[in-house]
Amino acid sequence: MVAAAPPLLFLAVFFVWPVATIIERGLHPDGAWDLSVFADVATDPSIRRVLWFTVWQAVASTVVCVLIGLPGAAMFARFRFRGRAVLWSALLVPFVLPTVVVGVALLGLIGPGGVLGVDLSGTVWAILIGHVFFNYAVVVRTVGATWMTVDPRVEEAARTLGASTWTTFRRVTLPLLRPALAAASSIVFLFSFTSFGIVLLLGGTAHRTVEVEIYQQTARLLNLDVAAVLALLQLVLVVAVLWWFGRSQHRRAVALEQRRAEESQRPAVGWQARTFVAGNLVVIGALLGAPLVVLAVRAFSTPDGWGLGAFRSLGDTRRGSTAYVPPVDAVRNSLQFAAMATVLALVLGACAAWAIAGGGGRVPRWSRFADTALMVPLGTSAVTVGFGFLLTFDRAPFDLRSSVWIVPIAHAVVALPFVVRLLVPAVRAIDPRLHEAAAVLGASPGRVRRSIDAPILGRAIAGAAGFAFAVSLGEFGATAFLARPARPTLPIAVYRALGRPGEWSFAQAMALSVILMVLTVAVMLLIDRLRPPGVAEF
Amino acid sequence: MTPRLELDEVTVRFGDSAGGRDAIGAALQDVSVTVEAGAVMAVLGSSGSGKSTMLRVIAGLTVPTTGRVLLDGVDVVSVPTHRRGVGMMFQDHVLFPHLDVMGNVTFGLRVRGDDRRAAASRGEEMLESVGLGGFGVRAVSSLSGGERQRVALARALAPSPRVLLLDEPMGSLDRVLREQLVDELSDTLTSLSMTAVYVTHDHTEAERIAHDLVVLDRGRVVQQGAPAAVAAAPVDDHVARLMGVARHR
Repeated sequence: MVAAAPPLLFLAVFFVWPVATIIERGLHPDGAWDLSVFADVATDPSIRRVLWFTVWQAVASTVVCVLIGLPGAAMFARFRFRGRAVLWSALLVPFVLPTVVVGVALLGLIGPGGVLGVDLSGTVWAILIGHVFFNYAVVVRTVGATWMTVDPRVEEAARTLGASTWTTFRRVTLPLLRPALAAASSIVFLFSFTSFGIVLLLGGTAHRTVEVEIYQQTARLLNLDVAAVLALLQLVLVVAVLWWFGRSQHRRAVALEQRRAEESQRPAVGWQARTFVAGNLVVIGALLGAPLVVLAVRAFSTPDGWGLGAFRSLGDTRRGSTAYVPPVDAVRNSLQFAAMATVLALVLGACAAWAIAGGGGRVPRWSRFADTALMVPLGTSAVTVGFGFLLTFDRAPFDLRSSVWIVPIAHAVVALPFVVRLLVPAVRAIDPRLHEAAAVLGASPGRVRRSIDAPILGRAIAGAAGFAFAVSLGEFGATAFLARPARPTLPIAVYRALGRPGEWSFAQAMALSVILMVLTVAVMLLIDRLRPPGVAEF
Repeated sequence: MTPRLELDEVTVRFGDSAGGRDAIGAALQDVSVTVEAGAVMAVLGSSGSGKSTMLRVIAGLTVPTTGRVLLDGVDVVSVPTHRRGVGMMFQDHVLFPHLDVMGNVTFGLRVRGDDRRAAASRGEEMLESVGLGGFGVRAVSSLSGGERQRVALARALAPSPRVLLLDEPMGSLDRVLREQLVDELSDTLTSLSMTAVYVTHDHTEAERIAHDLVVLDRGRVVQQGAPAAVAAAPVDDHVARLMGVARHR
């Protein structure tokens, strides 16, 4: 119970309050509720277009991700091939890459002057490709991890009973994968629905999601009331999806008899199996590999020819303008903010996970509710959080605008759901019999915590720390509001470099993106090795 | 009457690991056996002997490298599993965790196109025949080991397979229950005059249920005959140990 207090208090102050402030400023402007703006928003054709576009592109992104991701999940679950383990880890790279990096990478591929020679920027195709690039790994890894635990003999049993391969998939495999599919689709849907960086960079002026519209309405047009209504609508939808997701998880939870993954995998023998694996590898190479390769290549091709020129120019302080910050400073800022955000998210997340999973003994009755409630920030617009911070924490004693903590705190709000997600299953996975066994062997309760719980949770905590770090490194939506001009983070520096004219600036954006990518990948590869088996996947 | 089953010079090799074990199972070398129509043959061997692979070849789950599988003289090697009409009971039963008991038993009937009502009435009939009348709505997770075994039997028999394959179906049960279920199973197979292959590493089960016995060792048939005859004259120490007898020198 006590453990739940710090995270709840934190979310109350740094999530609920800012969101409430936005709503209050928007709908309760002069001491009286003014709900007419709902009607305005509902009838404004341009906003209706935004709403409609947001929904359908999120649905389309989810469908495409699932259709492309399912075969990938099947490949990882059922086949052994060279490089499988490395590829499984590498899949995470796009998912954790900052949206800005992905946007820049895709611009290099399918943008103006892109390698492929077609300029898709500004079209819905660019946005869909961006979302699939981002979320392919969510489907493959979430569904694939569950698929590995499905005993292949269950499928064989169906076939001996007369079911064809397709019937077996439809009537046996698919139902067993449903919880994982629901989890993956709801995550993909939420990420696509609240997409900001990708749409801002690739969507041009024609395509806007609600998230981008909130940004435009607040930062450019100063229409707080419209922004408040949009933020509210988005929040309601996010909560609805999360609620549906939570329900489907509980209703559909089927106890699968866990099997060692290796037992369910075989080499790809025969032309069908080989074609299947090869096809998936081509998809992964084209979809995930190509943009990253283009990004790296273009970072090394400067207006002066091949070389490290773009990287060298990052430390350049002689740009004439006083507002100019050497981009290399952004690396230091990002690392510092990420370290602060990680500590915050980890301490709070550990408290929350301990309380939710009943680490102290019994699982509390409200654990399911708290579990869902803690997920809400995940689907809330980061832009809303950022803007809410600006409006809320501008007065003493809560004037945080010039505090170095404002960015890390916002990042911790965004990272907290991930941390809790990763830690709860780890706490739950501790077999109570281990405690009993240790106690019988003479260990005091404190000793049990030290010698049993700490080592088992250690790896999960390390994994969660890495995830929080990566989330903070890449966070863009909230930071766009909160980073002071003199202290940009890496993604902000990339965005600024993109906005400056000149080929050197573009090369700099590419180089900064490469640095950001390398940092993120290093952290993710590290935690993929640390993550204990059987712990939830993202 | 169910058909006569023959394996003719069946060899299975897996990739480079010929003779060894990999994720799929152990290899087989020139296995030829015949199960007369309506008879039960037991396959005895230690783990890694290839006895499960033999069942998988008959079911079509593993394609033999060479050799034929004949049902009443017709080679079925190229017939896919789902059209072969072979029922199988798996080790640990492998019930469908997302379906209730009735859903498991009627699975084979539903996928061949039986309507819900016909399938349900045949399913109830099958459940009653294994002593589980009224169990249809139970979740499979709520069943005891013996109940799971019976559901697996009802599921395998419901679509009236031509041949029944049993892969250590008693593996996870305790001794008393095992003996009782083996006798019940034997009665059921006799009353259906079902051609069946029963894989086990326990010679007492083999002696109780089978007319004929095949002993496999490292993928080869090392001895074949009536259970009592094999027990009386094992060809080597390994067979003697499997049969639980001392070899007469």
